[in-house]
Amino acid sequence: MNRFGWLYFPARLAWRQLVFDRTKLVAAICGVLFACVLVFMQLGFKDTLYASAASAPLKLDGDLFLMHKQSEAMWRPIQFKRSELMRVLGNPAVAEAYPLYLGLAPLKNIQTQAKRTLMVYGFDPDSLIFNVDSARNRHVELRLKDTVLFDEYSRPEFGPVRQLLEAGRNMTEINDYKVTIIGLFQLGVSFAADGNVITSDLNFMRIFPRRNLDDIDMGMIRLNPGASVEHVQAELKSHLNEFVNVFTYEELLRHEKDYWANTAPIGFIFGFGTVMGWVVGLVIVYQILFTDIANHRNEFATLKAMGYEQGYFVRVVFASASFLAVLGFIPGYLLSLGLYNLAESQMYMPMPMLISKVITVFMFILSMCFMAGLLAIRKLKDADPADMF
Amino acid sequence: MSNVIEVDHLNFSFGSGALTQPVLKDVTISLEEGEIVLITGPSGSGKTTFLTIIGGLRQALHGSVKVLGHQFINSNEQIKVKTRQQIGYIFQQHNLLKSLTALQNVCMTLEINTTMTEQQRYDRAAEMLIAVGLSDRLNYKPDQLYGGQRQRVSIARALVGQPKIILADEPTASLDKQSGYEAVSLVKRLAKESQTTILLVTHDYRILDIADRVVELEDGMIK
Ligand SMILES: Nc1ncnc2c1ncn2[C@@H]1O[C@H](COP(=O)(O)OP(=O)(O)O)[C@@H](O)[C@H]1O
Ligand SMILES: [Mg+2]
Repeated sequence: MNRFGWLYFPARLAWRQLVFDRTKLVAAICGVLFACVLVFMQLGFKDTLYASAASAPLKLDGDLFLMHKQSEAMWRPIQFKRSELMRVLGNPAVAEAYPLYLGLAPLKNIQTQAKRTLMVYGFDPDSLIFNVDSARNRHVELRLKDTVLFDEYSRPEFGPVRQLLEAGRNMTEINDYKVTIIGLFQLGVSFAADGNVITSDLNFMRIFPRRNLDDIDMGMIRLNPGASVEHVQAELKSHLNEFVNVFTYEELLRHEKDYWANTAPIGFIFGFGTVMGWVVGLVIVYQILFTDIANHRNEFATLKAMGYEQGYFVRVVFASASFLAVLGFIPGYLLSLGLYNLAESQMYMPMPMLISKVITVFMFILSMCFMAGLLAIRKLKDADPADMF
Repeated sequence: MSNVIEVDHLNFSFGSGALTQPVLKDVTISLEEGEIVLITGPSGSGKTTFLTIIGGLRQALHGSVKVLGHQFINSNEQIKVKTRQQIGYIFQQHNLLKSLTALQNVCMTLEINTTMTEQQRYDRAAEMLIAVGLSDRLNYKPDQLYGGQRQRVSIARALVGQPKIILADEPTASLDKQSGYEAVSLVKRLAKESQTTILLVTHDYRILDIADRVVELEDGMIK
C-alpha cells in the first residue's frame, strides 16, 4: 500500500460507514456539537470576565500604582493613609502622585427611581487619572460641587441616561445624595460593577459622608520622563511601608485578573465547565465509536481474514473520530457565534469570537475525539475472525 | 508438482487443563496446486476449526501446517497476514460490508496491497462481478441484493485478487439448491482458469461432484 493509501483507504471506509447510518451520524454530531458549544461558552465567559476585570485599570494613566497588600481587587479595596502615598514624592524620579477613592453605591434611575449599585471613582479632576477623552475634556466642570460623569456603557437598568440628559433631566441621587450628571464617558461594565461614575475627590466625600480624604483606596504615580519604572518601583518598595503593593501598569492588570481567576472561584468554575464539556463530549464520542466498532465487528473480522492488518482498523477508528470532530465543530462554531452575540447583548460586555479561540476550541474537540478513539480501539480485539466463523 | 497446503500430524484442542477438548487429532493432508478438495463431516467435527488454522486465523501449536511454503505453527502474525493476502475466503454468511456497494466490496480485496490506480481497481472489480453474473448490480448495497446475489458478490471478492488458495466454509448453506450449485460451479470454473487450489467445507452432498477429492472428517480425525 502506498503512502497515500495508508491513510486514504481507511479514512474512506470510515467515511462510508459514517454516512451509511445517518441517524447515528446525527446523534454523534450532536454530541460533539454540544461539547463544542459548552467549551466555547465557558472560554468566552472566562475571557470576557478577565477582560472586563481589567477594563477600569486598563484606562488608568499612570506608571506605578499603590494598593494595600490586603486589597484583593479594585472593587473591594482596603484603605491606607494618604501620607503613605505622599512619601513617594521624596523620590526624585516621581513627578506626581494622586489618590484614587473607590466606592460602591446605589444610583437612582432618573426615570423609574429604582436603585442599583455602581462603582464611584473619586479623584482630583486635574489629575486626569482616566485616559478617556470624554472624561478629560470635562475636568474643569467636574470641579464644581455635586457633579458627576456617567459611564455610557453601564447596564441599561440605570435608564437611558443619554436621552435623559439631552432632555435636560440630569438630577439624580447616589447613595441618597443629590448629584448632577454633567456628561458621559465610556468605560464598560465588569462582573463587579454594573456601571461606573466619575466624580471629584471632594464630591466623593459628600457622596460617602463616612469617608475622608486621608484614607485612600489607591495611589497613582507618574514618573519624570526617562525614569526607569522598574528601578523606581524597587526603590519605592524598599522605602514604603510593608503593607502597600507597588504595581506597574501590567502588574495591576494581572492583579485584577488574578482576583477572578484565583481568589474568586469564578475562574475555576469556568475552567471546570470547560473540562466538563470535554469529558461529556469524550463520553458521547467514545460511546458512539465503541458501539460502532461493536456493530462492525463482523465486517472488521472479515477484512482481517482477507489480510488487513490491525493498524488499518486503528486508522479507521481515528479517521471516524476526526470526521466527527470536524462535523461537530462546524455547526458548533456557528451556534456559538450566535450565542456570543446573544450573550454580548445580555451582559453588555464584549465577547469577541477571536480566531485564537476558534483554534483553541478546535484543538480541544480534536483531542477529545482522539482520546475517545484511543479508548475505543481496545474494542477492536473483539473482532477476531477465528471466533467469528 | 509442489504442495500448496501441507498439514502434518496437526493436533488442536480448545480450553486447557481438565477442560481440554481435543478438536483436531493427528490430521495429515496435502493439497496440490489447482486441486479441489471438499471436506465433509457432521456438525462439530472440527471442519471450521481446521479451515481457520489453514487460513492463519487460529494459532495451532502442535504438528506442522505449511501454507504456500510458510510454517504456521508458532509463527508470527506478520507472516500470517502476508499469507492471508494470498488466500480468498468465502464465508458461510456472505459477510459483505453493509455500507459499501457490490463494487466497493469487491474493491476492498484490491486495496490491501496494490499498485493499481482507482480506475484499474474498479475495472477489475467490475469485470469480476460481470463474470459472476451481476453486471446490473454493481452499485447495489448488500441490503438490496438477494441471498444468492450476495454470495456471488462475496465469491467475486474472494477471487478478484487472484489468490493462490480459496478457502470456503459451507458457502452454500444459506442458499437454495439451485443457486448453491451454481455458486460452487462458478467458483470452480473461475478457479480452474488460474490453477487455484480450493479447500471447501460442506455437508451439502449435492455438490460433491465438483471435487477432485472428498475428505471426511469425523470427530477431528480424517477417515
Ligand atoms: N471458540 C471455541 N471455543 C471452544 N470450543 C469451540 C470453539 N469453536 C468451536 N469449538 C468446538 O470445537 C468443535 C468443532 O467445532 P467446529 O470446528 O466449528 O466444527 P464444524 O465446523 O465441523 O461444525 C465443536 O465441538 C465446538 O463446540
Ligand atoms: Mg462449521
